[in-house]
Amino acid sequence: MKDTIKQLVEAFGPSGSEDQVRALIRQQIAGLADEVRTDTMGNLIALKKGDGTGKKIMLSAHMDEIGVIVSHVDEKGFARVDPIGGVRTLFEVTGRVQFESGVVGVIGVEKLDKPDAVPAMEQLYLDVGATSKADCPVKVGDVACFLQPMVEMGSHLTAKAMDDRIGCAVLVQAMRDLKSTPHEVYFVFSTQEEVGLRGATTSAYGIAPDVGIAVDVTFSGDTPEPPVKMAVSLDKGPAIKVKDGGMLATPWVKEWMVRTAEALGIPYQLEVLVGGTTDARAIQTTQAGIPAGCLSIPCRYVHSPSETVSYGDVLNGVKLMVAMLSGPVDMP
Amino acid sequence: MSDQTRWLKALSEAFGPSGCEDEVRKVIIEAIAGKVDECRTDHLGNLICLQKGTAHPGFKVMAAAHMDEIGLMVSHADESGMVHFAKVGGIDDRVLPAKVVRIGEKRVPGVICIKPVHLTRAEERTQVIPYDQLVIDIGVSSKAEAEKLVNKGDYAAFDVAFEDLGALVKGKSFDDRAGCAVLIALIERGPYPFDFCPVFTTMEEVGLRGARVAGYSVMPQAAFVFEGTICDDGPKEADISPTTEVGKGPAISVMDRSVIADRRLVQLVVDTAKAEGIPYQFKQPGKGATDAGAIHLAKTGVPTVPVSVPSRYIHSPVTMLSKSDLEHTVNLVASTFLRLTPDVVGQRD
Repeated sequence: MKDTIKQLVEAFGPSGSEDQVRALIRQQIAGLADEVRTDTMGNLIALKKGDGTGKKIMLSAHMDEIGVIVSHVDEKGFARVDPIGGVRTLFEVTGRVQFESGVVGVIGVEKLDKPDAVPAMEQLYLDVGATSKADCPVKVGDVACFLQPMVEMGSHLTAKAMDDRIGCAVLVQAMRDLKSTPHEVYFVFSTQEEVGLRGATTSAYGIAPDVGIAVDVTFSGDTPEPPVKMAVSLDKGPAIKVKDGGMLATPWVKEWMVRTAEALGIPYQLEVLVGGTTDARAIQTTQAGIPAGCLSIPCRYVHSPSETVSYGDVLNGVKLMVAMLSGPVDMP
Repeated sequence: MSDQTRWLKALSEAFGPSGCEDEVRKVIIEAIAGKVDECRTDHLGNLICLQKGTAHPGFKVMAAAHMDEIGLMVSHADESGMVHFAKVGGIDDRVLPAKVVRIGEKRVPGVICIKPVHLTRAEERTQVIPYDQLVIDIGVSSKAEAEKLVNKGDYAAFDVAFEDLGALVKGKSFDDRAGCAVLIALIERGPYPFDFCPVFTTMEEVGLRGARVAGYSVMPQAAFVFEGTICDDGPKEADISPTTEVGKGPAISVMDRSVIADRRLVQLVVDTAKAEGIPYQFKQPGKGATDAGAIHLAKTGVPTVPVSVPSRYIHSPVTMLSKSDLEHTVNLVASTFLRLTPDVVGQRD
């Protein structure tokens, strides 16, 4: 599964520019679904039909990553940028970005009032090697993602865009491993999550499932003096979300996930995330309301170029997802 | 004055803070009389029209401009007859002192109070007075007299006359009466090769509320949104973006805080501009929010693109725009409409 993950995390796809990721996933899932289509918002929706006895389940992992968009090119050819999604300048200064065209840029920073202050977005600029506005290879409206290849660190994997290409990888692998299911399962690879759950909002409306599960990263509290105190760690299994900043998981959905994990001896953790949310929130509040939950992959350094997950957690996440889809849904 | 600016004057001078758009709607209904096949007002006050197309039956294209402007609302009159107020929409408190407003159905004139400079201390003059410490003087000296003229909940709008300055015009609320003027002009140039659904929305300034329900009920296959948008093209010390510039033509949005524009529609507008020799610019990405934010997320999603007229000083009492920018915006969108076929926004892949 590591090759699948590597291909996905290294693909270009900031919010609104997911075409390349979608094309890649289409290849990866070829022959694994009964129907595959792309909807108005660019969501890739793959349907695995059941035997007619199950429920309508929607799974959602988002294809988009955070990035930047060029807002101005100055006379010397330096580009100013605006964030796409939650970009933290602290994590990006002097790093690199890559445009859809392949052009690479370095993130520079102006002089700061205090040398160790965290700069504002307006104090950053991109250096793409131009000498003037006229020979600058990028223009206003061009979009770039952060640039960092995937690397293995023991049993952990680190790369940009684990959020949420790792979720996409879990769904792709689940499609491969799922032998049979009684359910009508919609594997949705959604767009524009990072700018407001937009792809999930419209795809959930269209599918109107009986239950929805998002697959996304969550924070971990296992690093020195963690920014967020959390009982979630790497290598302790996928996390079953109880609550995050935008959603209270539907209790029976959470219970179904827990019971499935326990029945098969799959390690898992319960997750309460302060701040942040996922596609599950959008699914939960569409139409007249949909029961929803979230399967999370614990991740260090979220929204940085070195998002780090445990490969073991990912494999267990796939196992849990396949187990949930293989049997009946404990729906009250 | 060209046709576009004829309606712009009436639109700009009409009274219409968010939730109180009746006078603006009246101007628009008069302007489009006989030019649309259907016209109705929904429960939130949106004016939803239909102009049947000459081709591609069933292909519905919506265009939206919002009727509401930023304004104030009376909260109470105090013992000395001064009127206290709340803000409706996003207003920088610094633009409030010393402005003339009109209040309520009787359009009672008032002045937002400022202490004469002679009486201020130096440090006061560098501070921003929060809006809830400002009052409107309507020329009475008691609560009882004030309550004869204004009521709690009365709306107030800035009182600014429209004037033609030559290349530019000035007036209040070009955000978004300029968009309304564009939409009226487009209706006049129709019909188009699709069912055209012009919608004049309400309550954009307080959260895109009219557009949210209008998008849901119209549910078009594509949508355009017209705004009078941020234009900060004055001289600057640093080489940074002016967001848009007066005189450089209609501003196409690639991304703002509420929407990432559909790239296929953006490309169509750009290709049309190049083919027709119409000037255009890209609005600085990431700034502002528009009705497109609500419309594009209706039901299963709507491909949407905002196209705007650069307007200086929006969300202050006086705004300015270029007549040629307004004309170019109308020309560009009308030409784009002629090239807009269902396959432009059809199956992606």
